Amino acid sequence: MKRATQAAETPQVGRSVPRLESWLKVTGRAEYVHNLRLPGMLYGKIFRSTVAHGRIKRIDVSAARAVAGVHSVVTAAEVKTVVPDPYYGPAFHDQPVLAVDKVRYVGEPVAVVLASDPHVAEEAVHLISAEYEELPAVYDEVEAMTSKAIVHDALRPAGTFPDLKHLKGKTNTNIALDFRLRRGDAAKAMKGAERVFEHRFRTQQVMHTPLEPLVSVAESTDSSITIHTASQSPSFVRIEIARLLGWPENRVRVRVPFLGGGFGAKLYIKLEALVAVLSLLVHRPVKISLTMEEQFFTITKHASTFRIKSGVTRDGRVVARDCEVWWNGGAYADIGPRVTQKSGFTAPGPYDIQDVSIDSYALYTNLPPAGALRGFGIPQLVWAYESHTDMIARELGIDPVEFRRRNLLREGRPQATGTVMRDAAIEKVLERTASLLDWDKPFERGTGVVRRGRGIAIGFKACISNTTSLAAVSVNADGSCTVYTSTVDMGQGSDTAMAQIAGEVLQIPTEAVTVVHSDTDVTPFDMATLGSRSLFHSGNAVKLAAEDARDQLAKLKRELGLPAETPVADVFRKKYGMRAGSVTGVGNFIPPYTPPDENGQTENATPFWMVGATGVELEVDTETGRVRITRLINVADVGTPINPRIVETQLSGGAIMQLGFTLFEKMLFDGEGQLRNASLAEYKIPGLLDLPGEIVNEAVVAEQRSGPFGAKGVGETATFGVSPAVANAIHDAIGVRLTELPMNPEAVYSAFKR
Amino acid sequence: MRRAIQFRLNGESVEAQVAPHETLVEVLREEFGLFGARESCGQGLCGCCTVLVNGTAVSGCLYLAALAQGAHVQTVEGGTELDAVQEAFIERAAFQCGFCTPGFVLMTRQLLDEIPDPSEDDIRHYLSGNLCRCAAYPEIIEAVKLAAVKRRTK
Repeated sequence: MKRATQAAETPQVGRSVPRLESWLKVTGRAEYVHNLRLPGMLYGKIFRSTVAHGRIKRIDVSAARAVAGVHSVVTAAEVKTVVPDPYYGPAFHDQPVLAVDKVRYVGEPVAVVLASDPHVAEEAVHLISAEYEELPAVYDEVEAMTSKAIVHDALRPAGTFPDLKHLKGKTNTNIALDFRLRRGDAAKAMKGAERVFEHRFRTQQVMHTPLEPLVSVAESTDSSITIHTASQSPSFVRIEIARLLGWPENRVRVRVPFLGGGFGAKLYIKLEALVAVLSLLVHRPVKISLTMEEQFFTITKHASTFRIKSGVTRDGRVVARDCEVWWNGGAYADIGPRVTQKSGFTAPGPYDIQDVSIDSYALYTNLPPAGALRGFGIPQLVWAYESHTDMIARELGIDPVEFRRRNLLREGRPQATGTVMRDAAIEKVLERTASLLDWDKPFERGTGVVRRGRGIAIGFKACISNTTSLAAVSVNADGSCTVYTSTVDMGQGSDTAMAQIAGEVLQIPTEAVTVVHSDTDVTPFDMATLGSRSLFHSGNAVKLAAEDARDQLAKLKRELGLPAETPVADVFRKKYGMRAGSVTGVGNFIPPYTPPDENGQTENATPFWMVGATGVELEVDTETGRVRITRLINVADVGTPINPRIVETQLSGGAIMQLGFTLFEKMLFDGEGQLRNASLAEYKIPGLLDLPGEIVNEAVVAEQRSGPFGAKGVGETATFGVSPAVANAIHDAIGVRLTELPMNPEAVYSAFKR
Repeated sequence: MRRAIQFRLNGESVEAQVAPHETLVEVLREEFGLFGARESCGQGLCGCCTVLVNGTAVSGCLYLAALAQGAHVQTVEGGTELDAVQEAFIERAAFQCGFCTPGFVLMTRQLLDEIPDPSEDDIRHYLSGNLCRCAAYPEIIEAVKLAAVKRRTK
């Protein structure tokens, strides 16, 4: 086989190459937008709403304008002189660059002060005052279905997605998408089932907390604008800014260096429209760097409620499942409607269930907007269906792993959408997790103050579809190679992976490949770095581009009458008579996709499935409610790893992040929608002392046949099972079932004492 | 308002004009173009802004620049070659996005100066004031252990 020969000569794929940017990162020299200063640059500081829902009666900026050193103060009135209809968003054009007429959550940007000294700008912000006519507000996602408080007067779908078109102009509703799936007749099957179980689960609002807070810089001329931004989606930023300004795309340039973490926070438009408008207003470069506190008012993860009902036979076969999910999207839709649909259709879990009904609702509320956070809604769903699964098994007296075995969605069987499962190692992942947990051996639970328990959970995710990636690969006159991709390296190691793929095809060492960072003037279109799609989509595009370059070189050799093994440098020298020239291959990858019908049915819902399971052993202190994870086992189907070491760090990092959402992270709001813990002093993220005693990470032997060299995405996979595995283990330890996140000591202790 | 301070920065004598409210991390960034120490939480709780002042780690986002008068300030940019800690962080893949890495590197150097052969518990406690949202913690622990070995054998 051709690939085997190549791999033997230049085994680039499957090798744990250290990240290409290692030296830059350990010496503090990696480029982040955070570092960028431009001559004449002004700093912007944002004045934010203090009420959750209100009409703006008056904004007084006179005292702020009078502060020595203040360049200008900008409100929506000035924004409209540049962009008459200043609303943006990927699914709905609902979010204003600065609040227009109304505010919809506490912390919404209302005005900006510009000054060359950020301290002056900040001081002046404190002198702005605003008066609001307060309106009734809604915070809970289920109440938002029927609430009289309406967040948006009329819905404004962006027009990009066909399933949102029916919402255009709709009034008197907070529903930003009502996704529906019907397979068979769940209600009828439920009636015929011997046992019926129904439970309700909730998740809390949390925040991504990238340690590099959101930051963007814009510089403009009369006919062009350049935006340097910490963004996971440079191509989207270019399209959306061009649309807002009414400019052709080639006059908008978006550059992205490294990101100091992303996790879904840095997608679509965040600060980009604001700095673009400000720069055009003042004809100077403008930078806005959010503080950690301000990030909590910018983008979060959906709180959710999930009602799940199952009809089960006496011998433990799930024959019907009815799912109703409400997603708390906050004041602006962001990507919420896509979370609602793309995750929604996997709500019944990785189980083979004949009759299924799903209703999944995206809701507007008067809270900070919610978007995608490492899992695109999947962790919220797995939390519910894997807790529910365990509860049924235990109620029926069937071993939880055995119960899952009886119902597992196996290779070749249709999922709830009707799409047949291919290259999804669900069974293997479950069995390996059980085996690493020694599930079949007796387990000592203890009888004293500290009790022990163990739990297991498995989840799956469909990669978002349909999306496009393009890439280019140049082979230079000396044989070195340059990869052009708009995939953003936010820590997941994409630069290294893309270099490995190009190196494998061209049979050159990864270290001899350079990856050009996203620059929309240079790097080709890519949908975005999100949802674990990049290794598969951009990886395939890079592979195609490298193959194109390789084929061009082979052709050149034939034309020049050179043998196939001629070094590249000699080929170019022969062709041009000197060291000159290059070849550039292009790759354009878009996987097949069939949109769902009105019942959510499609034969091709996704280009690939991600599968992850978690095994947990823990201790519960019954006097304090404190939970200590002693063993955390993460098993995943990631296809064939391109870089096994980076895959392992992704599995472990994703699982630890999800442990924070499981055990303690929570945004706390008071009755007026005011966030009470917007700082790392009060909102704690996992640190070294929160680490489980032992962590085991394993990628099962698998292959994604449509992926580059058998690979697929891994960034989110280890998050899926963590929360329910912990809940299942807590139940195993103390016989108490928690149905709401986080499971902090207070929640565990209260439930135990009840 | 501004006054001149003199200090040593990564071994070189330097001078800077600083305002009373300016923090060390701002002065390193604005006056010297050093970006390795970076403000993240702004409260001295994440460790991203860690710099060494007279050999002791401080939170550069809270430490007033004026207090550096006469001191020796060391940042991750000091030195021309990678030290044992930096090498170990690379070899053990102990970072992802890299934003917190300079803080971890400096704190690890201080840890190994104090405890040349730290236990896992020592490492977890000593570095617990440094946060990594990518959660490369298991790899960081391994890197610190490796760095300790490298230092002892060098």
